[in-house]
Amino acid sequence: MTYNDKVVRQFVVMTVIWGIVGMLVGVIIAAQLWLPVLNFDLPWLTYSRLRPLHTNAVIFAFGGSALIGTSFYVVQRTCHVRLFAGGLASFVFWGWQLVILAAAISLPMGWTQGKEYAELEWPIDILITVVWVAYAVVFFGTIIKRRVSHIYVANWFYAAFIITIALLHIVNNLSLPVTMTKSYEVYTGAVDAMVQWWYGHNAVGFFLTAGFLAMMYYFVPKQAEGPVYSYRLSIVHFWALIAIYMWAGPHHLHYTALPDWVQSLGMVFSLILLAPSWGGMINGVMTLSGHWHKLRTDPVLKFMIVALSFYGMSTFEGPMMSIKTVNALSHYTDWTIGHVHSGALGWVAMMTIGSMYSLTPRLMGKKVMYSVKAVDAHFWIATIGIVLYIASMWIAGVMQGLMWRAFNDDGTLTYTFIETIAATKPYYVIRLLGGTLFLAGMFIMAWNTFKTLGAGKAPEFKAAEPAIWGEHA
Amino acid sequence: MLNSFWNWFVIIISVASILACWWLLHWTKGVSDRSGDEAGSTGHVWDDNITELNTPLPRWWLHLFNITIVFALVYLAIFPGLGNFGGFLGWTQVGQYEEEVARATTAQEAIFSRFRDMDAAALMADQEARATGGRLFGNNCAMCHGSDGRGAKSFPNLADNDWQWGGSFEQILSTLEYGRQAAMPPLAAVLGEQGVPEVVAYVQQLSGQKADAEMAAAGQARFQMVCMACHGMDGKGNQALGAPNLTDDIWLYSSAPSDIEYGIRNGRNGKMPAFGNTLSEDHRRLLAAYVMGLSN
Repeated sequence: MTYNDKVVRQFVVMTVIWGIVGMLVGVIIAAQLWLPVLNFDLPWLTYSRLRPLHTNAVIFAFGGSALIGTSFYVVQRTCHVRLFAGGLASFVFWGWQLVILAAAISLPMGWTQGKEYAELEWPIDILITVVWVAYAVVFFGTIIKRRVSHIYVANWFYAAFIITIALLHIVNNLSLPVTMTKSYEVYTGAVDAMVQWWYGHNAVGFFLTAGFLAMMYYFVPKQAEGPVYSYRLSIVHFWALIAIYMWAGPHHLHYTALPDWVQSLGMVFSLILLAPSWGGMINGVMTLSGHWHKLRTDPVLKFMIVALSFYGMSTFEGPMMSIKTVNALSHYTDWTIGHVHSGALGWVAMMTIGSMYSLTPRLMGKKVMYSVKAVDAHFWIATIGIVLYIASMWIAGVMQGLMWRAFNDDGTLTYTFIETIAATKPYYVIRLLGGTLFLAGMFIMAWNTFKTLGAGKAPEFKAAEPAIWGEHA
Repeated sequence: MLNSFWNWFVIIISVASILACWWLLHWTKGVSDRSGDEAGSTGHVWDDNITELNTPLPRWWLHLFNITIVFALVYLAIFPGLGNFGGFLGWTQVGQYEEEVARATTAQEAIFSRFRDMDAAALMADQEARATGGRLFGNNCAMCHGSDGRGAKSFPNLADNDWQWGGSFEQILSTLEYGRQAAMPPLAAVLGEQGVPEVVAYVQQLSGQKADAEMAAAGQARFQMVCMACHGMDGKGNQALGAPNLTDDIWLYSSAPSDIEYGIRNGRNGKMPAFGNTLSEDHRRLLAAYVMGLSN
């Protein structure tokens, strides 16, 4: 029996390509915030249409390709069995690419549901549902026919991610179609807002957290060549994480028409979420502990430790920002943008890149990428880029929050809105520089990936022998 | 208010979820006793070399988790959260808002009471009144009329002496309180294909621009049948209707023949929003005086 790696290789290549596309669009809209003329008065180049294209491309195209690709690799390796339903797996690949293509056309056209991270209109939503169900069949089919007694922790996280995203996607996108490009949500008012942010925050929790923790649980011990720190910790933080994340959405709607009691529950559960989140960080960091010397020679591990550090930082920052008094300052400012990107660039992208650098050579039967020096260069460029990005948005956000709430004795606002924008402009330039650096790193990665994968024909790998462990299995 | 079922549903599921975390922490303490060899490994091996230790949960992390659980329970006792139970403090966000507004209103009374007996001229001369008026303008008016009040295409310049709706203190106050709705009707059908360019030529001539004399003469005849109803026989406009004076070189939409023609063909709908509900009379008086001061 051999593993099915063809679909994994396809997703690896598309991860890099969609990473470049999505981040390029991000750099363009960052430049537009600095120089609005850069939309050239073309409707489909305006910020309002490119911003959802950027978020959809980085989350669902880049992140999604990485998640599906690595899950197909990991589930085979940790179940000691070939992927279930190879044809269906191919469908998942091509179907997902079709979804991305449809997004890349429909969003610049201005066809949108107007719901953040759920902008895609109903025909695309149906396609996503079909592809996702196929994905679930392939993944859980492989779990069912596994030849090991225990399901590895990475697969718990992938499983939670797959099931929850299906639930979130369907519930949040229930709408009445009017034409092929227009539909209306079935929810109204505060309920609509609450459903949207129940979806929105769990997209963060399950797409951008649970899925990438799964990646971490396989590639960190694999790359460090050491045992996972604590099985018990993985149980506790897994169950606590998936149970508590579900409640956190209302913190996006503090001080709005949402009833007080919902806001409070959203806040306290967001605070409880700190501990389960850090459980994952501790398990990752402590798995690397004892292998610190490898950081000198292996830049792939550097990506992973930085990713875990940013995960810890942003999952501390998030609960703090969900406290009402802090939120009153941070809400609607660029602080939120900084927070999101410390998670998205620092955690999600760095973990993805690290995992890709670990996975890509393995697909070719090698230990390392074509150029380890290029991996190291990528690491430093990306890290400097993130720091510039986050620091500038923190400063800009806190400044905006303070300027907005400043009052004179006569009750008038101390600063007009345009003054806050003028004050933010320098930070937009620094952010653009940070984003450009991060994008530049992706080009290095693309070159290195094509050199590594293009160095001959990929070998077939024999599946590991069945493994049964003791009576407690 | 939630009905009785949903009230208890929220209370039970919220408290149960928090307590379930606490139970999870205590339950997993026991897991270590059930498995593991001397080195603390679970004995599981995946993919040749992936293994797991079964290290006990870090103590500081357990404390952190417990602290957040205690915090949550205390917070939900004090603040609204558990269904219809409003919390022991009786806090609501509406209550907080009303309290802050009441405090601010009291604090501002001293400032605004001084201005109440002052007339327009006195307000324009008063430095503090001008400063407050300017800040109100920056936050409420500048997005259309510009931070210097000089307007933009389709937004009137407030810093000149030309007034679409009148420039007296009372007229400006009325504009602020109720807003203004200017309605230039579309006249393509009335004037006809021949008529539109003729009237354009006449309007150009009225404002001192070069125009074909023959066309303008024909346009004048049409103007005095159609356009005079609002803009007057002499084209000097009518402030009661918000019909602009066409004989000066001040243009709300630009002096380009194409823009004049567009307005005649399709009409124009200028809208000044009403601020009667968003700004108090104290505020509107300072604002009106500030706007008057821009052109004086």
